[in-house]
Amino acid sequence: MTDSTTLIKKGDDNKQNDNIVVEMIHLKKSFENNHVLQDINLVVNKGENVVILGQSGTGKSVLIKCIVGLVEIDDGKLILFGQDISLLKNTELVQIYRKIGFLFQSAALYDSMSVRENLEFPLKRQQRNLKKEEMDLLVKEALHDVGLEKAIDLSPSELSGGMRKRVGLARTLILKPEIMLYDEPTTGLDPITSKEISNLILEVQKKYNTSSIIITHDIECAKLIANRVIVIKDGVCAAEGSYADLEKSTDPWIRSFFE
Amino acid sequence: MENSSKTISDSVLRKFFLEVYSISAFTLRFFKEVLKPPYELNELLKQSFLVGYKSLPLIAITGFIIGLVLTIQSRPTLAKFGAESWLPAMVAVSIIREIGPVITALIFAGKVGSGIGAELASMKVTEQIDAMQVSDTNPFKYLVVTRVLSATLMLPLLVIFADALGLCGSYIGINIKGDVSAYLYFSQVFQSLEFNDVIPAIIKTVFFGFAIGIIGSYKGYNSNKGTEGVGKAANTSVVFASLMVFIIDMIAVQIASLLQN
Ligand SMILES: Nc1ncnc2c1ncn2[C@@H]1O[C@H](COP(=O)(O)OP(=O)(O)O)[C@@H](O)[C@H]1O
Ligand SMILES: [Mg+2]
Repeated sequence: MTDSTTLIKKGDDNKQNDNIVVEMIHLKKSFENNHVLQDINLVVNKGENVVILGQSGTGKSVLIKCIVGLVEIDDGKLILFGQDISLLKNTELVQIYRKIGFLFQSAALYDSMSVRENLEFPLKRQQRNLKKEEMDLLVKEALHDVGLEKAIDLSPSELSGGMRKRVGLARTLILKPEIMLYDEPTTGLDPITSKEISNLILEVQKKYNTSSIIITHDIECAKLIANRVIVIKDGVCAAEGSYADLEKSTDPWIRSFFE
Repeated sequence: MENSSKTISDSVLRKFFLEVYSISAFTLRFFKEVLKPPYELNELLKQSFLVGYKSLPLIAITGFIIGLVLTIQSRPTLAKFGAESWLPAMVAVSIIREIGPVITALIFAGKVGSGIGAELASMKVTEQIDAMQVSDTNPFKYLVVTRVLSATLMLPLLVIFADALGLCGSYIGINIKGDVSAYLYFSQVFQSLEFNDVIPAIIKTVFFGFAIGIIGSYKGYNSNKGTEGVGKAANTSVVFASLMVFIIDMIAVQIASLLQN
């Protein structure tokens, strides 16, 4: 009896761990005297869209940059796909990072390259012996997914803000990421384009079955895509819950985000 | 009063040494990364082409004009001493030893050094450098190493080109008031030039190119966030690289004269 129950329990545990793709435990990060992240604890489950809210300069970008290794953490644990990254060798780390896509706030398109070359860049870097036809197919597929096939031969300077975000997203999707990190995907866009981008994020989640962390100030976007919302304040996760829960919060500071 | 001026000069000194320290660290990192594979050969070729090709017209025109003007300006003085026949030799030596390398390097600093500074700074501001890093690419290797190498390799070639056009300019300058055949002119020039004039002058341009590449890259790669950082990176790259050209030139002259004794 006891044996079987513990077995079941163990099975449950494993299942739970498989479900978690990102986990942060007491994560800390400072820049000299600027203690940006003081004690971050959060979990992202497989297939989930987690929205992060917080004032400018609270370290939201720093938080997701930690996940891809652009910012080194000072203290605490970062667990990706069930593996503590501080225990991994460089080659293993590269494999993990390859499963994570990052859409930068400014889209970060390479100015010196055309849209096609922008999309080919990550492909060429990861799979150095890819054939030209295969690459062409992948580029067209990724652009199709964001509805921008016609822009393939344009240069980034010829694109509007919304198009840049789409191309940036296509460049990330081309590598079929399992986790997507979006840094303010709709900031600086008009309301209609913002809505389109938010819908696109939902489509991407369905098609590629990604788990996502989305930083945003756009409450419409949050409402549309969030399975869960986390509010960051003073370097810690100050509140967490579904959109509806937080909207009803009695804390005036939290409610201020939803007005 | 005394106290505040002391702390000001303290902080200026501190800044200066911090800057020297971080440029040295940056240069050291360059040498570490340049040897480690993978080598970004495609990007190196592309950058070398861009760097050389972009500055070619400007350097050609300047080289030619300098040769021409120098000849016209020197003639009266030499004529006073009845030494007009020395004109080709004198101009050739000044162009090849000093004026060609330094003027070309200064133009190169203005065009290529500021270009590298502005490009890398804007890539930094718009997170393109971060994007590269998450695409399995070492941005230092891909951006900095290739640009520094191409500046180092292309400047000496450009200087040789500028020297050649300077000599052509000088030939035309001589023929404005005289009649010297091209054969006679160039045989005079080559007779007057020694190994010791040419080789050290070319070697120092390698250092000029390296300094310009490193300073432009350093200023761009470490620029502050924000768009004003881009202009500032371009500007300080030129100022600082030009200053370095003169400092290296001074050191090179000392070393060359030591070696000749
Ligand atoms: N590379 C860095 N070096 C020093 N300070 C940084 C760096 N990156 C971010 N910061 C600081 O961390 C704080 C949080 O920045 P950020 O994560 O960009 O805020 P936001 O929540 O608006 O995205 C800011 O005060 C910023 O100045
Ligand atoms: Mg941010």
